[in-house]
Amino acid sequence: MKKGSKKVILDAKGMERALSRLTHEILEKNKGAEDLVLVGIMSGGVPLSKFIQEKIRVIEGIAVPAGYVDITLYRDDLSRAGYQPRLKRTEIPFSIDEKKVILVDDVLFTGRTIRAAMDALIDFGRPKNIQLAVLIDRGHRELPIRADYVGRNVPTSRSETVDVMVQGSREDWKVMLNEFTPAKGE
Amino acid sequence: MEWKRRHVLGLADFRVEEMEFVIDTARSMEEILTRDIKKVPALRGKTAVNLFFEASTRTRTSFEIAGKRLSADVVNFSSATSSVTKGETLLDTAKNIEAMKPNILILRHPASGAPHFLSRFVSCSIINAGDGANEHPSQGLLDLYTILKAKGKVSGLKIAIVGDILHSRVVRSDLHSLGRMGAKLWLCGPSTLVPKEMERTGARVTYDIREAVKDADVVMMLRIQLERQKTAYFPSLREYSRMFGLNRDVFSLAKEDAVILHPGPINRGVELSDELADSEQSRILNQVESGVAVRMALLYLLAGGHDASH
Repeated sequence: MKKGSKKVILDAKGMERALSRLTHEILEKNKGAEDLVLVGIMSGGVPLSKFIQEKIRVIEGIAVPAGYVDITLYRDDLSRAGYQPRLKRTEIPFSIDEKKVILVDDVLFTGRTIRAAMDALIDFGRPKNIQLAVLIDRGHRELPIRADYVGRNVPTSRSETVDVMVQGSREDWKVMLNEFTPAKGE
Repeated sequence: MEWKRRHVLGLADFRVEEMEFVIDTARSMEEILTRDIKKVPALRGKTAVNLFFEASTRTRTSFEIAGKRLSADVVNFSSATSSVTKGETLLDTAKNIEAMKPNILILRHPASGAPHFLSRFVSCSIINAGDGANEHPSQGLLDLYTILKAKGKVSGLKIAIVGDILHSRVVRSDLHSLGRMGAKLWLCGPSTLVPKEMERTGARVTYDIREAVKDADVVMMLRIQLERQKTAYFPSLREYSRMFGLNRDVFSLAKEDAVILHPGPINRGVELSDELADSEQSRILNQVESGVAVRMALLYLLAGGHDASH
């Protein structure tokens, strides 16, 4: 890619298709929605987990519990950052004991966020298992972590960034692949 | 907002934005306290030292629990059992503790300005946990947080603070936190214990508790600090209680949904009646609860960053 170039790799329709397929895969592998709970990782995973929750309701007629987790306090680079990052909220208002937890995130990259999220989940109880669903897997893992459900595999170079834009209305959702430029949002 | 502060010495120079940032962080911390496993690894490998030169159970325990909830190592040091009794100076004590490489010193000292003084000589962060009659910033922030939770806002509320204003560092921090957030503050007590100059802060001063409490949204009672009074400021506790104590009769002048705060420890039957201390309107134990969350927020915000010492 050229320097500073941007490319839409998934538009709203494409995201919806990918997430729908992913939801079907979750239901197929778990033989339905029984004992499933969804936990979105703040912030990008939260709207995606809500989407999956809705899809499951349409397909199975079951409202699976959905919560969200902020991994900031579990990061392995807290003492290396120049200042403390702003905390977001964690809310898992249901027991995860003996549940099948579907952890949802937007982009799987180094795997460090997932490691932190799993540590956080374990503090809430002892789930039967934890499965990982991501919209984009962009490679470059630094830990032995893989996703169980992937919306789209996107080969990237380290200098690129993948931005999943899920703020605002669903028609505006998209995924961008950008050549990294230090000044964000130019 | 990016947190840049290395020390929390007082709220005198805190911007509204910074106070909101601490409160927002405290809200996230509070969720941790509702879990079965009340511990997160954020401050693993960090050390906080409670350096207390004055009696305290609430504040010291609150900081200790806050640190432990964040996985920091918390060491307690109280002057009664230390070399201070052998004649060591404050600076020497602090320098010696600093040589053991803590990240945060939490200091309570009878002399106003002691934490400000130390901050010029040590490389770790300092949190003022009360210095003389100057400030008690974490209390000022937790009072703000408690009122925000009880009332949803602070701006425009009438908040009456009744008692020993003269010796109270809590009041001085509250004047900054609550005052800067737009509360209408009323200070009340015997004229010997409420300096008229306090009006320069924008607060109203009255010597009549009924005037202070009338239509108040929040009534904060302060303890009569007998240990700080070398001379008699009022004839007797009984008279004080009769004129400045809060009971049902006086409290009925406040707004119907008014709440009662007290930084503790309470002298039951002196400044606050038993009945009110345990009433529905009391938010005194909520203050203690908020205190842990606010102190977790302060420790988290100070202990991060690679240029914080060690």
